[in-house]
Amino acid sequence: MKRALFAILASTALTAPAFAEMLDVEKDELTFGFIKLTDMAPLAIAYENGYFEDEGLFVTLEPQANWKVLLDRVIDGQLDGAHMLAGQPLAATIGYGTEAHIVTPFSMDLNGNGITVSNEIWEQMRPNIPSMDDGRPQHPISASALKPVVEAYADEGKPFNMGMVFPVSTHNYEIRYWLAAGGIEPGYYSPENVSGQIAADVLLSVTPPPQMPATMEAGTIYGYAVGEPWNQQAVFKGIGVPVITDYQMWKNNPEKVFGLTKEFTEENPQTTLALTKALIRAAIWLDENDNANRPEAVEILSRSEYVGADYDVIANSMTGFFEFEKGDKREIPDFNVFFRYNATYPFYSDAVWYLTQMRRWGQISEAKPDSWYDEVAKSVYKPEIYLEAARMLVDEGLADEADFPWDSDGYKAATPAEDIIDGIPYDGRQPNAYLESLPIGLKGDQRVVGNEVQG
Amino acid sequence: MTTVDPDFAESQAKEARKARLFSRINRADAWFQVLGLSWITPVLKAAAGDNPRAQMQEIWRLLGVPVLAIIAFLFAWGTLAPTVQTSLGAIPGPAQVWEQVEVLHADHLRERDKAEAFYERQEVRNAKLVADGKEDRVKWRTYTGKPTYYDQIWTSIQTVFFGFLIATAVAVPMGIAAGLSQTANAALNPLIQIFKPVSPLAWLPIVTMVVSAVYTTNDGWFTKSFLTSAITVTLCSLWPTLINTALGVSSIDKDLVNVSKVLKMSTWTKITKLVLPSALPLIFTGLRLSLGVGWMVLIAAEMLAQNPGLGKFVWDEFQNGSSSSLAKIMVAVFTIGIIGFLLDRMMYAIQSLFTFTNNR
Repeated sequence: MKRALFAILASTALTAPAFAEMLDVEKDELTFGFIKLTDMAPLAIAYENGYFEDEGLFVTLEPQANWKVLLDRVIDGQLDGAHMLAGQPLAATIGYGTEAHIVTPFSMDLNGNGITVSNEIWEQMRPNIPSMDDGRPQHPISASALKPVVEAYADEGKPFNMGMVFPVSTHNYEIRYWLAAGGIEPGYYSPENVSGQIAADVLLSVTPPPQMPATMEAGTIYGYAVGEPWNQQAVFKGIGVPVITDYQMWKNNPEKVFGLTKEFTEENPQTTLALTKALIRAAIWLDENDNANRPEAVEILSRSEYVGADYDVIANSMTGFFEFEKGDKREIPDFNVFFRYNATYPFYSDAVWYLTQMRRWGQISEAKPDSWYDEVAKSVYKPEIYLEAARMLVDEGLADEADFPWDSDGYKAATPAEDIIDGIPYDGRQPNAYLESLPIGLKGDQRVVGNEVQG
Repeated sequence: MTTVDPDFAESQAKEARKARLFSRINRADAWFQVLGLSWITPVLKAAAGDNPRAQMQEIWRLLGVPVLAIIAFLFAWGTLAPTVQTSLGAIPGPAQVWEQVEVLHADHLRERDKAEAFYERQEVRNAKLVADGKEDRVKWRTYTGKPTYYDQIWTSIQTVFFGFLIATAVAVPMGIAAGLSQTANAALNPLIQIFKPVSPLAWLPIVTMVVSAVYTTNDGWFTKSFLTSAITVTLCSLWPTLINTALGVSSIDKDLVNVSKVLKMSTWTKITKLVLPSALPLIFTGLRLSLGVGWMVLIAAEMLAQNPGLGKFVWDEFQNGSSSSLAKIMVAVFTIGIIGFLLDRMMYAIQSLFTFTNNR
């Protein structure tokens, strides 16, 4: 056994980078938190493939119960960093919810979420969805197909409940975007009332991702927005049908980030660089050779210490497929993107989009000038750290110069109308103009007072 | 059979030997009882030639019936389980659960191999650093992998004992005070009545907050999560000890109390020489109950607080929702049950040591 290990070691030692390149890290024993979702993959891969170790980091990965616990533990220092919802560092920094200055040098992935409804709701929705020639529903499915169902529930005096994973989660903003694009009011937040259900047709509430299927099965919620594998899990269990993926809603939208407290990055700059390097390498590995490594990644993720769901459930989305109804398997090659399209670069424009959605639904209660959006984005997203780490990797011959946007000002080119479900283009440089162009939601100086929008 | 019988002496010796043997068996029986192996006694007796028929009946009662009951349970479980369909597939039967036991063991071995590989890599790395003359950068670190199933069991056992020790240290003195003085009893009684029924799940958020606020170091002796779980165990498991100690102390023989007065014993001597020895059996009854409660509470606390241990294992598996999750959770259920049983037996053994002395 030992001899075999040495043989393996000897062979990997030749391909591993020279140890002399190792950064002089300030803190080498780190604990990172994650939630059991497919998109924690960069962390698992950086650990399992030894990228953390190559940087001289000894990392413990700990699954967390829910997003709130994860954030609190990062803030009080029990965790050094974590796989986070992009909204979390932004919300924490502007003081919505728990206040703390959290920064991110690394964006973890693009896409990866879906919206699922229970079988019963699907049956009621299905007549409102046009079919293709082969009888399968035509995609993307608009929430207007759900509108009559929601209205029928309202007529019977029954609340229509749906789940999302956290008030400042991508999933909350995505399900709201989708509902609003179909003419359904998802409800507002106000400083006095943080339920997010003011003037709502659909009542959204928080459920931790892994409990989504069980909660829907119990009838507490009729549908949910969540990351993988919890949409595919509903299909496998035969309890629900995913109606839309976020890729169909907004092509290549930004998803999770890796968050650290500002103090940590200031006290441990070398450590921050080192972990960013390891994560970039993991992202490269996940996407290289046209996703050739994905099956291996799925095997790692299916272990109980990471995501722990069955191999087949995780494999679907990771290998470019998504199953809607049982048997209705469609190709979505970019369902999970970890490195292509500059997925890991922390673009300011991504941060601005999240901030616009916070403003749109009243989590940011007052109007803010465009410059404010830019300032907040720049205080949280740290592309300079990312590029420094990338430069080192390129110098070490572990990454390709052409894969990084060296000269970007941090704003992506505007997303064209055809890439978004309701055809409203998004330009991160003009957040207020973008807010004006959205159908439902707060605009200009509007505020939520009591149970209505004023202004 | 008369004294004239030439074999008399020999048979006498035989009888005596037999009697000695039986008295030994009977003495050992007390231990078998404690260890839950009481069925060994009739087997030994039968082997020694004591009325095989009566002994067979004993063996049947003590060994045959329980074994049959377990077999019947396994059979019923095996046949009924597949008929219940959940969204995670059918409820696993004994075979699937055993399979997961093997999987967990294999996982443990795999993790150990990974740890070994890690240390080998570390050796290579550090040797290289030394060779390059960079001794100052040599680091020895422990392996950071996932805790295996055995690690989780060990963590839980450590936590429960730590919490139980704190509970004992708090409850026994308080119980003695309550037992000795009517005033202390009157003072403690309402508190005991109010706090005793509180569920661990209600204590947990409070304990978590307090521990986070008070225990601020991140590199002390204990981790925060360990303390949180242990203190929750303490808060729930100290009541049986407290109540039983108070009862044991207050029901001391009045003659003994009078003797202490005559001898003008100091309070300390009175407690050590008189109160504790006579109250010990009841104190141990309390401790045994406390440990049982503590073990039960710990699993709930670990589940809710996501603290390392068997409770977290169960919760993680529930969250994983894979096709083997239910079977793994059942493995944990049996593990929890068996460990709980062993802990109880252990306390019973210690308790009976003291009760023997008491009965002599």
